[in-house]
Amino acid sequence: MIHRIPSGTRDVLPDEMRELRAMTDRVRGVFERAGYGEVYTPALEYENTFQRADMSATRPAYRMFDEHGNVFVLRSDMTVPIARLVASRYAQAEPPHRFSYFAHAYRGVRPQRGQSREFLQAGVELIGAPAPDGTAEVLSILCAALDAAGLRTYRIGVGDASLYPSLLEAVGVPGNRRERILTELVTGDFVGLEQELQSLPLADDALELLLRVPGMRGGPELLEGASGTLREAGTGMRTLHALLAPEVAERIIFDFGLVRSLGYYTGAVFQVYDPAYGVPIGSGGRYDELLGRFGAPLPAVGFALNVERLHIALTGEERGLA
Amino acid sequence: MSALRIAVPRGALLRETLDLLDGIGLDTREVRENDRKLLFEAPGIVTMRPSDVPTYVEAGAADLGITGKDVLMEQSEREVYELADLGYGHCTMVLATAAGEDRAAEALRRLGVVRIATKYPRIAAQYFLETGRQAEIVEVKGSVELAPLTGLAEGIVDLTATGTTLRENGLVIREEIVRCTARLIANRVAHKLKAREIDALLERVHAR
Repeated sequence: MIHRIPSGTRDVLPDEMRELRAMTDRVRGVFERAGYGEVYTPALEYENTFQRADMSATRPAYRMFDEHGNVFVLRSDMTVPIARLVASRYAQAEPPHRFSYFAHAYRGVRPQRGQSREFLQAGVELIGAPAPDGTAEVLSILCAALDAAGLRTYRIGVGDASLYPSLLEAVGVPGNRRERILTELVTGDFVGLEQELQSLPLADDALELLLRVPGMRGGPELLEGASGTLREAGTGMRTLHALLAPEVAERIIFDFGLVRSLGYYTGAVFQVYDPAYGVPIGSGGRYDELLGRFGAPLPAVGFALNVERLHIALTGEERGLA
Repeated sequence: MSALRIAVPRGALLRETLDLLDGIGLDTREVRENDRKLLFEAPGIVTMRPSDVPTYVEAGAADLGITGKDVLMEQSEREVYELADLGYGHCTMVLATAAGEDRAAEALRRLGVVRIATKYPRIAAQYFLETGRQAEIVEVKGSVELAPLTGLAEGIVDLTATGTTLRENGLVIREEIVRCTARLIANRVAHKLKAREIDALLERVHAR
């Protein structure tokens, strides 16, 4: 007799589990050797913990009540629980703090899309280490983790969440128009972006710049080629690039159009790609203001890999799709 | 010649899409000569229903795709890049009802809710929500013009290029919702990992 499980969840059987376990053990070794001790936090948190973080894209989808009427949520990522943990348990400790995790997160799904309600994330958070050094450290761990997992052809897109907003400000786009423009950029609608920009009274060169930047992606030559306002906006990425070891730098695609919809990102943002798989397999970035919302103002950076997607990309590479 | 795989819509957009691809240096003769075959390795073309294009592109089964803005609006949650307005396939999403007295307006006034038949349930629902009117959306798969003529619904939300089909079925356009054209879309990963190929193609599209 067949008993159903909720859509977006699944059973893992021994053959798959062995492969997943072997892969995550290799990744765990990288995290441990780099000094990122593993933590686990409850899958349930108080709703106001996540409300404090104020993020639009990954708002928790599942709520429940306890016997006193308190509202719990199923965590939608691990970054917010770790921010809470650092603020409450490491208030007296000397930063930086280094943590890793292998934990499930829970998000709402759209029907018929193959999305997961429950998915395993493997990630690190480096708290109390500002840009650019902290960012460079986390990027090098990200590469080491992907190498250890067994991926060969992965690349990491690196952008800056503040780049496009600062360009909009520099060319004098009024604040109330910026949000719609950024929405078009986040959703990847370059046609809509062009329509929004053309409806503004912008000088020709400003319009040209704002239209060109979202499509700019490539190697470090992109950073060197920039001039004027754009060069200034790209300073963060340039200093970051200078700190990266060659084996990390060769994996990076600088991406001026990369913005993340997660509300708490402030500076560098990353996304992990593999040619063997059509969707990103992990992401991360700097969230220098998040800890402050928990009363422990510390700059921070981290990433999370989606373990299931990592496994799909790995099998894809083995089948020669890359 | 191309390392890219492009999802091409069969149907109304096919001819102009193939003309465009010819114009940027792809050889589409085999596609034109063969309407059963679906995958053409040499030019890197796969053909499919327009509404399937975002599905293939989002998953990375095709790097690029061409489809109507109407399809993209109806599937607005698809995570793809919309790279260019290709400037052909002009049509308009409209609200139409039977000629004569506007039955939809009457239903809203007297019943408080209007029944709308459509192949675009999300665009229709969003439009009525945004204009502050209550609508019951009835999804149909085939000729939607039949719905107001048989009493299934008071009005329809549908795509029209010339308005001929509407007129021939005794329907009139009451409101224009949005104008649509063919769009070029890209997979999120391919857009980064095949940046040079995609930018070169985009440049040829713009230079046309």
